[in-house]
Amino acid sequence: MTAFLLANMAPIMFGSLIVFLLFGYSVTFSLAACGLFFGLVGIELGVINPAFLQALPLRMFGIMQNDTLLAIPFFTFMGLILERSGMAEDLLDTIGQLFGPIRGGLGYAVILVGAMLAATTGVVAASVISMGLISLPIMLRYGYDRRVASGVIAASGTLAQIIPPSLVLIVLADQLGRSVGDLYKGAFIPGFVLTGLYIVYVVVLSFLQPQTVPALPAAARTIREDNGTAGLRSLCVLFVLSVLAAVGFAKSRPDSVPLDELIVTSMCVGVGVAFAASLVNKLGKLGLLSRMAERVTFVLIPPLALIFLVLGTIFLGIATPTEGGAMGATGALVMALARRRIDLKLIRQAMDSTMKLSSFVLFILIGATVFSLAFQGIDGPKWVEHLLTGLPGGQLGFLIVVNILVFVLAFFLDFFELAFILIPLIGPVAEKLGIDMIWFGVLLAVNMQTSFMHPPFGFALFYLRSVAPHEDYTDKVTKLPIKKVTIEQIYWGAVPFVLIQILMVGLIIAFPVLVTGGLTKEATIDGNKVLLQLQADDQRQKAAAEAATAPGADASAASATRPGASAPSEGSEQESESNDESMKALMDSVKKDEPKKP
Amino acid sequence: MNFFLSLSKRIDQFSGWVGRWVAWLVLASVLISAGNAISRKAFDLSSNAFLEIQWYLFAGVFLLASGYTLMRQEHVKIDVISGRFSKRTQIWIDIVGTCVFLFPFVFMIIKLSMPLVIDAYVKHEMSSNAGGLIRWPVFALLPLGMLVLGIQGISELIKRIAFLQGLIPDPTKKQGSRTPEEELAEFLLQKEVAAREAALIGARK
Repeated sequence: MTAFLLANMAPIMFGSLIVFLLFGYSVTFSLAACGLFFGLVGIELGVINPAFLQALPLRMFGIMQNDTLLAIPFFTFMGLILERSGMAEDLLDTIGQLFGPIRGGLGYAVILVGAMLAATTGVVAASVISMGLISLPIMLRYGYDRRVASGVIAASGTLAQIIPPSLVLIVLADQLGRSVGDLYKGAFIPGFVLTGLYIVYVVVLSFLQPQTVPALPAAARTIREDNGTAGLRSLCVLFVLSVLAAVGFAKSRPDSVPLDELIVTSMCVGVGVAFAASLVNKLGKLGLLSRMAERVTFVLIPPLALIFLVLGTIFLGIATPTEGGAMGATGALVMALARRRIDLKLIRQAMDSTMKLSSFVLFILIGATVFSLAFQGIDGPKWVEHLLTGLPGGQLGFLIVVNILVFVLAFFLDFFELAFILIPLIGPVAEKLGIDMIWFGVLLAVNMQTSFMHPPFGFALFYLRSVAPHEDYTDKVTKLPIKKVTIEQIYWGAVPFVLIQILMVGLIIAFPVLVTGGLTKEATIDGNKVLLQLQADDQRQKAAAEAATAPGADASAASATRPGASAPSEGSEQESESNDESMKALMDSVKKDEPKKP
Repeated sequence: MNFFLSLSKRIDQFSGWVGRWVAWLVLASVLISAGNAISRKAFDLSSNAFLEIQWYLFAGVFLLASGYTLMRQEHVKIDVISGRFSKRTQIWIDIVGTCVFLFPFVFMIIKLSMPLVIDAYVKHEMSSNAGGLIRWPVFALLPLGMLVLGIQGISELIKRIAFLQGLIPDPTKKQGSRTPEEELAEFLLQKEVAAREAALIGARK
């Protein structure tokens, strides 16, 4: 019996985890309990070094020190403040009026606004709810197909998970041991390609089934000139002028400027030109620009400013992603206060929700850490590695299996659980197979994005369902009766977009350059930060060296290998190394400070 | 049982109070982090103390709020299977989970982390970064957070047993409060949607 246990510890533990999770108690505590139980059994059987227990609190101190995860509350808080600021609604309203009168126009508006909101914040709920309340009634009013309408809205909302700055990418970067900035750069092109695919889908629909995406009557526009024209001509002129300014600026820069910096700065110039023109026009009452041109410019400024504040500063190397999140949150707060859209009660609500989300996410990570520490102790990663490297087809076989696994699990688990439980298991294997980790991270992020669209648990569908009309109602503007949106319509509406998502996963596998193309030359890094970082790195290295030279040191217990057994496999070593870095530094500081302090 | 129910009420009040105050740390850490980034770039002024206080605050947020989060039922569950069971069975699952999963976990972490906290306190351990902060307060957050979580666990246990005895209504319903999403939808309907429809109707006339 014991021999059987010993030989099959890893599969048994993994199986138990599934049972523990399906039991239906909180994921965090089920994970932790599974880890503790097998840890204690392992110690009893002599499989795990008793130092396993000592490593637990150290790992948790390591989680507390994690600077990357600090970005989670920042971006969440920013998203929550933004959703009350009225920015999304202004955008939807104006862009909707701009594109409305062409076939499929409202669809384009929703997708574009979704992408723009996604580049501002990393939270799905906000954009789906805003679009469900503002755009869905208009689409229904003018006879859009319900499935198409709800599918477009839900899918555009989930773009927040792939276009930086997104929470998914932060968590993945942390779990894969890569920098968030790199993952952001890598996800940029795929995010926009995906947005493009959504648009292509609507274009195709507007030709094949024009009745599903009708054009709005011109009368639906309320932003008009006094003589009744839409004022598009001056918008075009303004647009061409700003593009020319941006391109001209970009051409005038020396070639040595990195591509991402070039894009960021020249976009700023272009937007600045448009903004200056609109401002002069408005203040001087010149009447050169149409109302539409002015509205569009003014409505685009707040999101673009926020995008610059967050992504611009990250890409230019001015701020770390964590600080970018904090600056974005502060910016959103200032904007909402300036527009008088927010009061103390709303700020409290936002803080409360942020706190709860941080707590549950970080506790899942704590639980997952207990589990993975014990799993490493019984050499579980080796078992997983054998399982996955033994697949036919090498890298491609591995990728296909992993993607199918993630896709299927996404039906049941949300992405935090996926990221904290699954990624530590498959990440090291991917690295061993020579897969580029940034690329792998982006691939997983696109795949996990589907978990928000899967019927019946996908969050985006859930949010949309909560705001879509539950009963037949009379439209206030046209006075015509409109039928409710059923759950089936929402579910079926999501299916084409899930298929697009799978297509995108395939595209990224087939053309890795989509991701790696975004990783350009070294970004400039702030000197001061580097100094601080260097100090920290120096200490970490010392700590690592010390831990390596002193085999009896507690730190080496982190990998908790079988006493007397062969050295741990490389995969588990690497995995534990990235996780334990901060822990080792901690151990080191404990030791180093001892003689110093009286 | 009445004694236990009033104890549970006290605990809930306590967790709610902690949650209300800890929430401010979110705002504090946002402002400090943004301020630090700006001052570093603009005035070349930065300190390790400011970098470290951020994660001190964040650790405070997620650890001290754990009890509050438990009370608000925000620790996610996988209810693919348990969702099909009767209410009473689900409550039983919660009771077993609290006793067998939650309490041992809380106990173990407190027991394992306390020696490290005491050690850091006795030795006045400081951060190894120049200008860093003293360590024991942040280390102490871990056992403290677990303690808060354990105490709230007791309250949740009492409420579930009382429900099985028919003394109180279903404790797993999120009491009184709506989800943030519902609140947002309500807010938008009142402020934004109404204004836009009014504008549209006005334009038609």
